[in-house]
Amino acid sequence: MSEANNMLEIKDLRVSIEDKEILKGINLKVKAGEVHAIMGPNGSGKSTLASALAGRDYFDITHGKILYEGKDLTELSPEDRAREGIFLGFQYPVEIPGVSMVNFLRTAINSMREYRKQDPLPAGDFLKLMREKKKIVEIDSDLTNRSVNEGFSGGEKKKNEVFQMALLEPKLAILDETDSGLDIDALRIVSNGVNKLRSPENATIIITHYQRLLDYIVPDFVHVLYKGRIVKSGDKSLAKELEEHGYDWIKQEVDSEV
Amino acid sequence: METLTATEKYLDLFEDHQKEISQGDPEFVKKLRTEALASFRESGFPVRKEERYKYTHLEPVFDGELDFDFSPRQISFDDSELFRCDVPMLDAHVLTVLNGFFYHPEDSALTELDNGIIYGSLKEAIQKHPDLVEKYLGKNAPTFDEPFVALNTAFSQDGIFLYVPKGIQMGKPIQIIHLLLSDKNQMVHHRNLFVLEENASAQVIVCDHTLSPHMFLTNSVTEAYTGENSDLDVLRLQNEHNNSCQVTNTWIHQERNSRCQHGTITLHGGMVRNNLRISMEGEGAECSALGLFLTDKSQHVDSYTVIEHNQPHCISNQYYKGVLDDVSTGAFNGKIHVHPNAQKTEAFQTNNNILLSDTARMYTKPRLEIYADDVKCSHGATVGQLDEDALFYLQSRGIPKDESRLMLMDAFAWDVISKIKQLALQIRIIDLVGKRLRGELSRCNNCAMHCDE
Repeated sequence: MSEANNMLEIKDLRVSIEDKEILKGINLKVKAGEVHAIMGPNGSGKSTLASALAGRDYFDITHGKILYEGKDLTELSPEDRAREGIFLGFQYPVEIPGVSMVNFLRTAINSMREYRKQDPLPAGDFLKLMREKKKIVEIDSDLTNRSVNEGFSGGEKKKNEVFQMALLEPKLAILDETDSGLDIDALRIVSNGVNKLRSPENATIIITHYQRLLDYIVPDFVHVLYKGRIVKSGDKSLAKELEEHGYDWIKQEVDSEV
Repeated sequence: METLTATEKYLDLFEDHQKEISQGDPEFVKKLRTEALASFRESGFPVRKEERYKYTHLEPVFDGELDFDFSPRQISFDDSELFRCDVPMLDAHVLTVLNGFFYHPEDSALTELDNGIIYGSLKEAIQKHPDLVEKYLGKNAPTFDEPFVALNTAFSQDGIFLYVPKGIQMGKPIQIIHLLLSDKNQMVHHRNLFVLEENASAQVIVCDHTLSPHMFLTNSVTEAYTGENSDLDVLRLQNEHNNSCQVTNTWIHQERNSRCQHGTITLHGGMVRNNLRISMEGEGAECSALGLFLTDKSQHVDSYTVIEHNQPHCISNQYYKGVLDDVSTGAFNGKIHVHPNAQKTEAFQTNNNILLSDTARMYTKPRLEIYADDVKCSHGATVGQLDEDALFYLQSRGIPKDESRLMLMDAFAWDVISKIKQLALQIRIIDLVGKRLRGELSRCNNCAMHCDE
């Protein structure tokens, strides 16, 4: 298969925070239509990888490349990455008192449209779109009348992430620990939402510590991130193995090589 | 040759022009002036090391070359052409004060409604209703140890008088527009007096504007008396140019079960000092003091508040916020004073500030003096930057960084604006603040002269 088919290609990515190297050479290829799960013990660099893809700037990319649809992603601002179709579902969605959900979502959608040289969405169409997408995550109508994430429960915040994803229709969604802090019902709703949004044109990277989420969102590939490197890749059976045996066997394998 | 101090200059100025200043004054006004001048002679201007004026040194400004009108100057101007109100579509009784004097080319100086409401020129009210004015004028704003109140009491000749008698609800708000327009640098002392008798209510909007590029120094006093169970809303919108200096002194006296809200929104102005003192003199009174300022360049805004809890069961809330950019500076000094018998007091104060540049400075100092033991009081003050996490969150949804910053600043300001009781005004203020934050509101955008260019 040709390289051009890769939606995302990460080449030997090294990332440091204040001289401490967190990612030590990541290689990953993601094609349209695929779901990749990135698993690994705490502190292995999973969230740093997600942040690097979304464009957070509190760390330095010291080496390597991130190519998205053939373009160098690291040269784009976070907003332009979003407008190019990248979406990050936050592990800890930020509460923003005073910024209403409606204003936030409308501004987001219209900035995306502006980037694509489309006219702003008329108010009526916007409300219709909101109603439509709310159903996907069974989000309470009341929540969209509030300030962004303010006073939302853990589950509501995660639903809100998937709701935003549904509205913004990204090509590449990166879901960072979307399952953490969810009870079983919320987990089901959130996963259903993600599954409904899957299509042959878009790709998803699921970052998780537990295998639990992968019962609901079945991945095509599973990668294990440990000490800043992808140390093992496989299909969904790798996740099962990790569930049964934990991470210790991988840690031992890797650590004994050093 | 002997050089006069600023204090001496003002004492001389008064002596030299006493006749003009107090022309037509009844005895009680003359007495107020004499007493005020004596207080000022005693105190002089605050010195730099004085805690109250630590961050705002006003003496050099008062010492500048400034013209002073001892009687209304004949200026005719087309207000519709020169001045476009910042709060249009607001159905209000509009009262204009030009360079410290009530401006009424056509209307009479004082309006007296059938229901007993009186509003208009304070000077005129002193002539027509001396007994009524005497009961309140100078009763609440002390001149002792308050040099700027003392100066104003000595020099001011006019301003707005509002009287709402017992049981009357004044549906339509009063909008006072203080305009400064001159062909030379100018000093203005104007004075407002609002009296609400028991069960009365009124809303007042005060707008401060400059219409010419000259240096203006305004030292104003507003006294308000809120009778038992009355309801007063005052919102002040400051939008003078950055070559001006404004000292406001607002003294509010609250009787039993009265409610009062006082808000100050500062959009432009070079050096601004706002003194606010609310004295709760009856049980069960409630007040809220709001403040929001947005500064850039070398603007300076200093808010000094004192809430006197003199009686039990009173509630006070203070919300003050500032957004500072460039090399602008701000100060907040907020005092809650709970007297020994003021049990069951609830007093809260918040002061939050955002610095948008490394060179902006904010000084904040809450002061609580509590002499009663059964009270609920709290205060909190912060000085910080915009929340980086929130900024990234907005950007990650495709919203450009500048727009994201503005959204966060709007949200920060909204916290104060949302507490303004009058909805129509809320919406207008959000719009103005939004424009100010986006740099679209020139300090002179309501002036056709564009003199800041």
